[in-house]
Amino acid sequence: MSRSAPKGLPSSPARSSEVPARRGQGGSSPQASTALLRTSKLVKVYRAEGVTVEAVRGVDIELAIGEFVAIMGPSGSGKSTLLHVLGGLEPATSGEIWLRGQRVDRLSMAAWAVLRRQHIGFVFQFFNLLSNMTVADNVELPALLAGATPRQARKRREELLTELGIADRAGAAPARLSGGEQQRVALARALANEPSLLLADEPTGNLDSSNTRDVLRLLRRAHAGGQSILMVTHDARVASLADRVINLFDGMVADDAKIVPIPRTMNGVGNVLELRG
Amino acid sequence: MRQPLLALLAKEPAHGYELKLALEQTFGQAYPSPNIGQIYVTLKRLEQDGLVRSEDVEQTTRPNKRVYELTPAGREALRAWVGEPSDGPRVRDEFFIKLILAPMAGLADRMELMNSQRRHYLGIMRNLIELQADTDPADTTGRLLIEGAVLHLQADLDWLERCQEELV
Repeated sequence: MSRSAPKGLPSSPARSSEVPARRGQGGSSPQASTALLRTSKLVKVYRAEGVTVEAVRGVDIELAIGEFVAIMGPSGSGKSTLLHVLGGLEPATSGEIWLRGQRVDRLSMAAWAVLRRQHIGFVFQFFNLLSNMTVADNVELPALLAGATPRQARKRREELLTELGIADRAGAAPARLSGGEQQRVALARALANEPSLLLADEPTGNLDSSNTRDVLRLLRRAHAGGQSILMVTHDARVASLADRVINLFDGMVADDAKIVPIPRTMNGVGNVLELRG
Repeated sequence: MRQPLLALLAKEPAHGYELKLALEQTFGQAYPSPNIGQIYVTLKRLEQDGLVRSEDVEQTTRPNKRVYELTPAGREALRAWVGEPSDGPRVRDEFFIKLILAPMAGLADRMELMNSQRRHYLGIMRNLIELQADTDPADTTGRLLIEGAVLHLQADLDWLERCQEELV
């Protein structure tokens, strides 16, 4: 099972409404085989010193190829844990995870590492760039680890940094960059191997509003280019760009719904900015 | 609508249509386009209240137009309006009242109410983000209005989360 990965971000952003129609309101489906990612009764329990915490309690979610899904919910609702389990950073306690038609929840940590290298890009709130390497090396590393030649890795890195508007920072150390620039580098690194799935954990959580707007624009372009995205966020600006929002509460799915824009004439800004008097 | 019209008339006398154009120019596309009928009705009421006065100005090729100007009482009312602090965030919230009362009356489930409200907020947020992307960066008034609306919506969503934590 393969997909045509985007070769880069398209130069003109398309509205998400132009993305092909996809299956509706989550849950299980008879056509589940077309899902990029699917979980069944997923559970994650932490046990430490006699204390048991059920962080994820029986989650069934699905992500179609090319879909952008946001996960929201109060702190402690299990959002980040869910994302980490889906990326193989922590093992599931029980239940199933299917990625690209393959069952992956029983993989060893080493097998997960290989899977991530080939198919999963990760973006974190605190960027997690390697501080003793240049921006260019940070972005090239995943491709090199996945077996690309240095020439291929360099070419891809140059494309990505140019598209993200930070080509001039290639030789800099990450610490010399602003938060917004560091997050763009992290995004370039996550996209370097043309992953089937981009997992993002509060990617704008540490950014001011102008940097958030930049990252928003980039995510929108990546999505318009066909990138599948699963993102945990508190930021409604980011979540509102998703095709679907899943609300997690107490480790379970409380809501799973498409975002339906309210027609501007009906509500939009007119009501929000209504004048009194 | 009353105070913005008074404020525009404080600058110079004008007729109804000029006031509509001035409002549109000042606030840009982020502001709901004022209805000309509503402007005339408001001007009439302001005149009844003694805050503006008007006179017909003859025009050679077109029907007469009615030009409005501020009265001293109007200027005083405007000064008082500008000087008084504006309302803070609303305390009485219609959704919250539904959230509290509807389950008591057996009319709805709280989780369902919160879910549908969240969906609605996110739909509005999508509009605002698209409007923001379409807004000319040079249109400072428009950008600030949208940013204000975005921040209010984010606060509403955060509060919804708090309600979820406490009430479910």
